[in-house]
Amino acid sequence: MATFDLELVSPEKLLLSRPVEMAIIPAAEGEMGVLPGMAPMIVALKGGVIRVQENGAITEKLFVMGGFAEITPTRVTVLADEATPLAELSRGDAQARVKQAEADYEAAAASATPEEREAAMDRLLAAREMEQAAEAA
Amino acid sequence: MANLKELRGRINSVKSTRKITQAMKMVAAAKLRRAQSQAEAARPYAERMARMLASLGQAVAGNPDAPKLLVGTGADQVHLLVVVTADRGLAGPFNTNVGRHARAHIRKLEAAGKTVKVLTVGRKGATYLKREFASRMAGEITFQGKKRVGFEDANAIALRLTGMLEAGEFDVCTLIYNRFRSVILQIPTDQQLIPAELPEAAAVPAASGEAAGEAQAWYEYEPDEATILAQLLPKNLAIQIYRAILESAAGEHGARMNAMDNATRNAGDMINKLTLTYNRTRQANITRELIEIISGAEAL
Repeated sequence: MATFDLELVSPEKLLLSRPVEMAIIPAAEGEMGVLPGMAPMIVALKGGVIRVQENGAITEKLFVMGGFAEITPTRVTVLADEATPLAELSRGDAQARVKQAEADYEAAAASATPEEREAAMDRLLAAREMEQAAEAA
Repeated sequence: MANLKELRGRINSVKSTRKITQAMKMVAAAKLRRAQSQAEAARPYAERMARMLASLGQAVAGNPDAPKLLVGTGADQVHLLVVVTADRGLAGPFNTNVGRHARAHIRKLEAAGKTVKVLTVGRKGATYLKREFASRMAGEITFQGKKRVGFEDANAIALRLTGMLEAGEFDVCTLIYNRFRSVILQIPTDQQLIPAELPEAAAVPAASGEAAGEAQAWYEYEPDEATILAQLLPKNLAIQIYRAILESAAGEHGARMNAMDNATRNAGDMINKLTLTYNRTRQANITRELIEIISGAEAL
């Protein structure tokens, strides 16, 4: 089957760089499956799980904490703010982050501008997503 | 003539200095390797980010309500310099070089009638610049006591800068740091952060054998250019700062390794010289005593 190059980078390292058949990425406006030959796009990501399909089976699952993806017909580059293989997620960590994000949101809801409130909400949702992913793993 | 006991003392003290400098050199070498690999690990992200920004920036440039991070405030009056140095000394001319570069920069800007503010990252830069430019210090950040500087730390600095920009505290922001060229060569560099310097789409290296035409590809954006750009720009700021911090850290260890290597060698030379003097003196003493004994015996 046709493949395209998938690159997954976080600020701290290059996590993945190899040809894959399909990737499902958590775009800001809904999950999106990417196949070879997609029209060029730049999308924002929300917190969620990236699934990578090779040889007809899903081989990798990584959690990303928001970021961007650049899609061209032959290559997909995901710039994740933070990325962790699902197997390495810890539930306790995720719960701590949800708590932190909830507290931040409470603080932002009281005083901040609508944009800041929205950003805090996004972070909270991403943290919840992380908790769910950790529980599923 | 120096007496023997004194000489022995000097030799011992230089020997222990040499032990210390040698140990510091080893430590710096180990840390250098780690810092270098960390800097290399961060490179792909920065490159991809630059590529994305180049294609996006062109779509938005020229738009009157483009984000401030990209186009600046429109004014050019208040300059903020972010000076990145090490937290520790004993690294040869590493910190002084950045400091001197920053000082020249400040002088130049002030001669042109601009207002200058300085934000230092790293303790050494703060102590160096505070002496002369105390009134212009806008703040100082150190990573002292921190094992490893992560992206979050850079992000915190970026957030602080964005906050200051929103509050209208400066118009132009420049980053000054030591670029890591090689272990023995670090170059003080300044890089403009705000307004963002857009890499020309054409100048972005056509890496990994991609077709040259691809860089100009027509992208679709989801949600839309402005929203993505609004998220991308702060991240770009953070990654630039992160890169500078990592480069500076690698450079620091390289410079220290070098300085300590020299110090170890100098201590070795010193020990040789002192040992020679010590032996000569000892021999002269013995000869003198022999002569005294012989001439004493002859007089009898």
